[in-house]
Amino acid sequence: MEQIKKKRKRYRLGMGILMGASLFLTAGLVLFFIGYILGNGLPNITWELLTTGPSYLQERIGILPDILNTVYIVMATLILVIPLGVGAAVYLTEYATNKKIVSVIEFAAEILTGIPSIIYGLVGMLLFSNHFGTCLMAGALTLVIMNLPTVMRTTQESLKTVPRSYREGAFGLGAGKWRVVRTVVLPGCIDGVITGCILSVGRILGESAALLFTAGFAHAINDILYGLSAPGATLTVALYVYAKEQGEFGIAFAIAAILLILTLIICLAAELVQNSFRKRRCI
Amino acid sequence: MKKKQFMENSIHGIFFMMGFIAVACVLLITVYLIISGIPAIGKIGIFEFLLGREWASTAADAKFGILPFILSSIYGTLGAIAIGVPIGFMCAVYLSKMAPAGVKRAMQLAVSVLAGIPSVVYGLVGMLVLVPAVRTIFGVPDGAGLFASIIVLAIMILPTIIKMSITALDAVPKEYEDASLALGAAPVETYFRVSVPAAKSGIAAGVVLGVGRAIGESMAVMMVAGNGANMPDSLFQSVRFLTTAVAGEMSYASGLQREALFSIALVLFVFIMIINGVLNYFLKREKV
Repeated sequence: MEQIKKKRKRYRLGMGILMGASLFLTAGLVLFFIGYILGNGLPNITWELLTTGPSYLQERIGILPDILNTVYIVMATLILVIPLGVGAAVYLTEYATNKKIVSVIEFAAEILTGIPSIIYGLVGMLLFSNHFGTCLMAGALTLVIMNLPTVMRTTQESLKTVPRSYREGAFGLGAGKWRVVRTVVLPGCIDGVITGCILSVGRILGESAALLFTAGFAHAINDILYGLSAPGATLTVALYVYAKEQGEFGIAFAIAAILLILTLIICLAAELVQNSFRKRRCI
Repeated sequence: MKKKQFMENSIHGIFFMMGFIAVACVLLITVYLIISGIPAIGKIGIFEFLLGREWASTAADAKFGILPFILSSIYGTLGAIAIGVPIGFMCAVYLSKMAPAGVKRAMQLAVSVLAGIPSVVYGLVGMLVLVPAVRTIFGVPDGAGLFASIIVLAIMILPTIIKMSITALDAVPKEYEDASLALGAAPVETYFRVSVPAAKSGIAAGVVLGVGRAIGESMAVMMVAGNGANMPDSLFQSVRFLTTAVAGEMSYASGLQREALFSIALVLFVFIMIINGVLNYFLKREKV
């Protein structure tokens, strides 16, 4: 009896210690990453760095082109992926009657989520870059395929919360299917679309392997229309090139700090958006 | 009336097409990878390709054996799982069952940040902190290699493991735990001997998802693995993974070398599909 008691006590203590250690390790890792990157990166962020392009003549490195490229590619991707993702979600929840078809589409979306970005990069290169050249648009199209499942899933989830009775009420008043979708269903999926956008932006900001071979790594300042048809590096790709190929660690840290701050903002925004929508739904 | 019917039908058709874009993309990716990956395997010979121990793509007498890459990918993933899963699992049990609400929320946010950090940032920190640390601690000439990659991958799969495990553990019915507590089991015993077994499919799904993430990661690993095409016969060997083999040579490859890179991508894709199948199995069991 005494022995069993001792054994149980030891078990509880051991598990407690393991849990505590793992928790501290994880929390410590996050704090270390934030502290180390901001500590090394923030001092390197200067006004000149943010507002100029790189120039060999003046021996200066600026990341304005990379910032612009990132903005362009985010915009181009979102403009394409949102209608497609929302359309797919609407089809799945409103139109599809065949369970088999639904499960095939959902399975395909699951596969798309699991494919590594380097494979997207290769296929994007074959599909897009080989036809109209290495350019931001080819990168954006590749990212559209990557982010399609995300937007689709978040929209689908928010559509499921639109009460059945709303739709039935609209049908009862004599509305056609499209009218119901347009006036009752689509307004209800705004929160899903916003969540999907935030998650997609996070993923696009962090993406590098899929863009290396599709969007290239040039650093020229362009306006959006010309920029989309020209090769260009996003912030992550620029970070990789500066750190791995040119050994410019100060610049790399500055970019890393910018990316980290954006990641923090995106995480907080996603959390806030989800919470506020959850609250609204409860009322 | 007829016009309205026509419009409804065409809108239905448009939504149907949008719904099938995901399926079309999967088919397109599969077909493109197979078409571009098969020829080189045919030219090199499937056994020489998969089991060849030497990769010398630019030599005069070019050798295309990808066994080193396959083994490195497998060892790297297994190592990452061996380190990342216990830590993530323990964290998840604490956060799901014992943590105060505030701690849980704060840690969940921290974990999302960890998941959101771009992989090149992991690579950068790994390159500047981990690689020198490995070199001095273990006294090896170059810290970049299999061991550094395992650590980076373990950190990168932590969020996946923690999130999936928390979701699975949160879903365990409270009655199970109440029954165990009422029988005199301590809370810690209850969580590990009742809740965890009840959530094991979900946790397993998290592990499989982690495997998928680890085997597919390329940029972070590229910055810390050393990228030598060696057999991974020591923990500190400079190695190349399936992903980094493709990413490293793609920009300048041509001819058979380029085709062989597509074949490597095809092999990676097959791995991912197998992992997807296993994942689906666990997720289905979770639902039942």
